[in-house]
Amino acid sequence: MIERFDPLKGERLRILDEAGEPRSDLDPGLPDTELRTLYERMARTRAADAKALKLQRQGRLGTYPPSRGHEACQVGLASAMGRDDWFFPYFRDLGMYITLGYPLADYYHLWMGNEAGLRTPDGLNIYPIAIPVGSQIPQAVGAGLAARYRKLPIAVVTTFGDGATSEGDFHEGLNFAGVFRTPNVFFCLNNQFAISVPRTRQTASATIAQKAVAYGFPGVQVDGNDVLAVFAASREALANARIGGGPTLIEAYTYRMGDHTTSDDAARYRSKEEVQEWERKDPLLRFRHYLGKKGLWDEAYEKSVQDEATAFVEDAVAEAEARPVATLEDIFAYTYAVTPPDLAAQLADLKAFAGEGRR
Amino acid sequence: MIMTMVQAINQALAQEMERDDRIIVLGEDVGRNGGVFRATEGLFDRFGPDRVMDTPLAESGTIGASIGMTALGLRPVPEIQFMGFIYPAFNQIVSHVARLRNRTRGRFTVPLTLRTPYGAGVKALEHHSESTEALFCQIPGLTVVVPSSPYDAKGLLIASIRSDDPVIFLEPTKLYRAEKQDVPEEPYEVPLRLAAVVREGKDLTIVAWGAMVPVARQAADAAQAEGVGAEIVDLRTLSPMDRETIITSVKKTGRALIVHEAPKTCGLGAEIAATIGESALLSLLGPVMRVTGQDITVPLPKSEDRYYPGPERVLGAIRKLMEV
Repeated sequence: MIERFDPLKGERLRILDEAGEPRSDLDPGLPDTELRTLYERMARTRAADAKALKLQRQGRLGTYPPSRGHEACQVGLASAMGRDDWFFPYFRDLGMYITLGYPLADYYHLWMGNEAGLRTPDGLNIYPIAIPVGSQIPQAVGAGLAARYRKLPIAVVTTFGDGATSEGDFHEGLNFAGVFRTPNVFFCLNNQFAISVPRTRQTASATIAQKAVAYGFPGVQVDGNDVLAVFAASREALANARIGGGPTLIEAYTYRMGDHTTSDDAARYRSKEEVQEWERKDPLLRFRHYLGKKGLWDEAYEKSVQDEATAFVEDAVAEAEARPVATLEDIFAYTYAVTPPDLAAQLADLKAFAGEGRR
Repeated sequence: MIMTMVQAINQALAQEMERDDRIIVLGEDVGRNGGVFRATEGLFDRFGPDRVMDTPLAESGTIGASIGMTALGLRPVPEIQFMGFIYPAFNQIVSHVARLRNRTRGRFTVPLTLRTPYGAGVKALEHHSESTEALFCQIPGLTVVVPSSPYDAKGLLIASIRSDDPVIFLEPTKLYRAEKQDVPEEPYEVPLRLAAVVREGKDLTIVAWGAMVPVARQAADAAQAEGVGAEIVDLRTLSPMDRETIITSVKKTGRALIVHEAPKTCGLGAEIAATIGESALLSLLGPVMRVTGQDITVPLPKSEDRYYPGPERVLGAIRKLMEV
């Protein structure tokens, strides 16, 4: 299916139009329960995201990069991944984490300012978030090389924004992947802005997807507000990677509905009208229309989804906030496998002086 | 067997790869060509292209990919062709290699050994002669190792590869073929984080590493003829530093001289001098002195020898210290 949409011709894969009307020849044919699961994951993501913003304003959580508008990208991609696949995230991936089963309490714990939240639970193949932009991309390629070397039938996914495509690591990573035909899926959330700088200032290419052509593997642009399109493209790219078919670049064309982070004010660099236009393209709204037409959505269902999402989020907040602050031992213990005497002495000095609270 | 440092490094790599199939060598020209200094010679034929990988010419990509390999349990040994070309990978090293253990509270570690030739003295092109080891010594989580002999090179490299911490393994280009030494055939480890007293003396302590160790030896031999006994501490692991060995020696001799190729300002000598000041001040009979490279860009080969500390400069400093 991917090859039917040539990025050099500006073609974009879309299954649901803005009214939620499907193009039936591309519908991935998910059973009703799975369609509802996609919606419920998106709803949870939105609720968890809104809660994080609220907590930040109340001083209970630190600087936070909101995900609103990216739910279809995150949930569509993660829902297509298998348990053994690996994920190398960037820093705006809430729906990925929720869908892949990362404890939300851990996720909040991190953004509340404790590294313990970055300790991926055993059994989950999720690398820690990468804040230096694009730096996770060659790492995902290395994991792909390792998977190939160990003959594991898995795919390695990495996400990044449109700004990351200007970084050297994007080029180096995709170039490596093309040369070694690694089992990678490169997923760009093109949300039109790198903080304030628009997509047109990142590249003169008409699309990001077309960059894959130069690296020697397929690239496809999908409608990033259409969860079925994201799911279908991801499922195909992942399957292809797992059987040794090489990497794929997916550009999800979407919009960052919120500010870059809670420290940003997007009103300084984009118009109300533009944001309102994208509000109408809201990925949850579109999918709700689709489910409604299939008889899978009504007000009662919506209420149950929202109630469940609220409970899920509140439980996570309570759990995260109940956790203790990191001890001094904690912040020293993981610098080296075996703590050198210098560090042990620094810790002892600090403990002797600091007790609790002295600086 | 009598061998050069580069042969000792090659043997260490081959023996470790033989022992552990998680070890992958990767970098520019490390495969078919065997490395520009021949450190990986023969490995490609022996272990194949999946374990001895010629990468695209991309340092950040190579180190980034090495990090990703560790996620799936491999133990990569990437080579950066010269230290002067390591900077495109600096972000991967500083932001990820050094920090992953801490930021994931031990879930992910990065047991890679990054090898790179460094230092002046082989009349190479621009960017091929710098000693910027101090940049890496300020990054918590990294282990920085520099051998000064074939024997140490083999044992330190094996210990580095077996370490669960990331190691920046700096190979002094000047010493690759400068000296031959009897190196045991079987694999062995020279422990990390342990300096060695490579020459004993009672009058002053010289702290040096890498290519400055033979320079210090020549100066110490000359000083001996003048009746001065110089002890030499070869640091071997620069970070985390074996401060105890330095302090013990300085307390014994009462005088300290640090010799390094890197520029003086914020060079590792400053850290060593501060350590001596903190822990052995009352044993000192004179100031802690440094003989180092200058705070200038390393000159091109015609002037390189004037930049680089040689035995005469070290001897001059020894004489000055002994006058105090």
